[in-house]
Amino acid sequence: MAQRAGVTDEVLLRLDGVVKHFPVGHGLFGGRDADAVHAVDGVSLEVHRGETLGLVGETGSGKSTLARCATRLHTLTAGRVVFDGHDISTLSRHELRPYRRQLQMVFQDPYGSLNPHRRVGSIIGDPLAVHGVTAAVARRRRVQELMETVGLNPEHYNRFPAEFSGGQRQRVGVARALALRPRLIICDEPVSALDVSIRAQILNLLADLQRELDLTYLFISHDLSVVRQVSDRVAVMYLGKLAEVAPVAELYHRPRHPYVAALLSAVPVADPDLADRRERIILAGDPPSPIHPPAGCRFHPRCPKAQPRCAAEVPALEPRTGDGAAHPTACHFPVEAGDDLRRTAVVGR
Amino acid sequence: MTITAPGQAAADAAAAPVGVQGRGPWQLAWERLRRDPVAVVSAATLVLITVAAVAAPLVAHAVGHGPDDQYHDIGVTTAGLPVGPSRTFLLGTDNLGRDLLVRILYGARISLLVGVVATVAATVAGVVVGLAAGYLGGAVDVVLARFMDMVLSFPYLLLAIALVSVFGSSLTISMLVIAFFSWAAIGRVVRGQALSIREKEYVEASWSIGSGPLRVMFVDILPNLLAPVLVLATLLVPAAIVFEATLSFLGLGVPPPTPTWGGMLSDSLGFYQVAWWFPLFPGLALLATTLAFNLLGDSVRDALDPAARRAGGGDR
Repeated sequence: MAQRAGVTDEVLLRLDGVVKHFPVGHGLFGGRDADAVHAVDGVSLEVHRGETLGLVGETGSGKSTLARCATRLHTLTAGRVVFDGHDISTLSRHELRPYRRQLQMVFQDPYGSLNPHRRVGSIIGDPLAVHGVTAAVARRRRVQELMETVGLNPEHYNRFPAEFSGGQRQRVGVARALALRPRLIICDEPVSALDVSIRAQILNLLADLQRELDLTYLFISHDLSVVRQVSDRVAVMYLGKLAEVAPVAELYHRPRHPYVAALLSAVPVADPDLADRRERIILAGDPPSPIHPPAGCRFHPRCPKAQPRCAAEVPALEPRTGDGAAHPTACHFPVEAGDDLRRTAVVGR
Repeated sequence: MTITAPGQAAADAAAAPVGVQGRGPWQLAWERLRRDPVAVVSAATLVLITVAAVAAPLVAHAVGHGPDDQYHDIGVTTAGLPVGPSRTFLLGTDNLGRDLLVRILYGARISLLVGVVATVAATVAGVVVGLAAGYLGGAVDVVLARFMDMVLSFPYLLLAIALVSVFGSSLTISMLVIAFFSWAAIGRVVRGQALSIREKEYVEASWSIGSGPLRVMFVDILPNLLAPVLVLATLLVPAAIVFEATLSFLGLGVPPPTPTWGGMLSDSLGFYQVAWWFPLFPGLALLATTLAFNLLGDSVRDALDPAARRAGGGDR
């Protein structure tokens, strides 16, 4: 598949075996070490300069935690975060500052991510103030410029977040992320809290900004159709691990991991005839607890293709027979054309 | 904003050179408060009481009676009982022949002083400790939260009696004792708020742009927990005034002859059957002040959180 203009093979952000466990059980004397939520458990992933990498997974799969590890909002339990060739996983807050400027985040909740007691001009100007990059007068001009860039009226500089709609607030969030002219923006479900009609506006804004400002996105979502629309490549997470990574067209047309195949079969199709003909894979049960994840492949208790080996051996994320180097799958028995996953799925229950 | 005629844009810029001025949460609350008749009446009452307290020496000068002047000839009857309201003593006298009006006005000074100073001290201490506990978390939180629980579970009157008997009764001791038993209530609320605000996305956003802990604490967290603190503090003032009156009533507050409302009520105990004015007027002063503060506190809460009012008691 031809690369979109601007997409390169240069690695901007590399996650290397990232692990994040949250200890649980806050008794009077603290929790026992043995119990921890295995939110992210050994994720290695590369984001290339200029691309949009979609990160998909259901609630609790660890995608937001991964994003917060990449921006160092969380301290890593293990693993490395390498930004532009520099290992930033153990830097102190002060050492991290120059990287913060290049690595910004857009948050999910347009209501929760803006401080209700501050004017939007101050909110957007905060990164500039914190990093001391512009004097107060110049800052105001820069903020109004940013407001214009994201499609807000610069005269609304002195308004409060409550005076804006959800879509406008998300534009404020985008403007704040742009203030320091970052190279990578991590978008944590930036449109999932918005009305469907507003989503397209924000997605188009992000796409325009990417083209104009040479941005790289790590785009997190649980919405497969949104990810398909914006991404160049897609990574799918399940229970703290990556299941499959592939260029967008390849993943949607030829998924190799049974979990990904099941997810894609659940995407609603507008055409009723097509929907009737489609095979719908229904997975048995709920995702297991991330406190005691299953041994071996984490998907095996629900997998229609599971074999004894799946419960014993953790499958590596690597290209499987017939796939290119850009399409690794963490599965011992990847989906082949002609597999009927429906029947076996029900038996698996 | 993209579809604007060129002339229109110029006109807008000329009309609003500073841009659109938004109204923040505090301004909105202030506007709601100003429209609340209960708040306006309570605030006016409190202003009146404050002015009267400040003007106490002027009143004393006008009527010619000092707060501690005893009028053994005209201030008490031949039987040694207080005299009722008259042209000389507008609100009557007490058992020592002192002018009740002047003493009530001087008593207002003590009440307001103790109420405000103790509340300010308790609020500052509560915010600092609560913020530290909620923001820092971990072992600091465990220690501070348990300490606040401990303070709240003290039998405060017994402890106040013990403290006063050790240190002697004075205005300073009264204020310290009241502040000590009040700050923990604010501290607990602040801690809870800080715990929840700490997890908000805008705090994460602040970290992600590179803010330090002080900026997060004072720019992002503190302004968002001031609303409940303001409400609590407004309601703490009348509690402190009543607390002071209780201490004085028990003889543990500001020592005589300094006039205090609690002390006057205490003095009137033996005379209420023959001198109704003696307990009535200090009691009314105490009631009016605490009621005004309490109603104002309720109005402040309604103004800051209009949703709570609708859920609670319908529209007023």
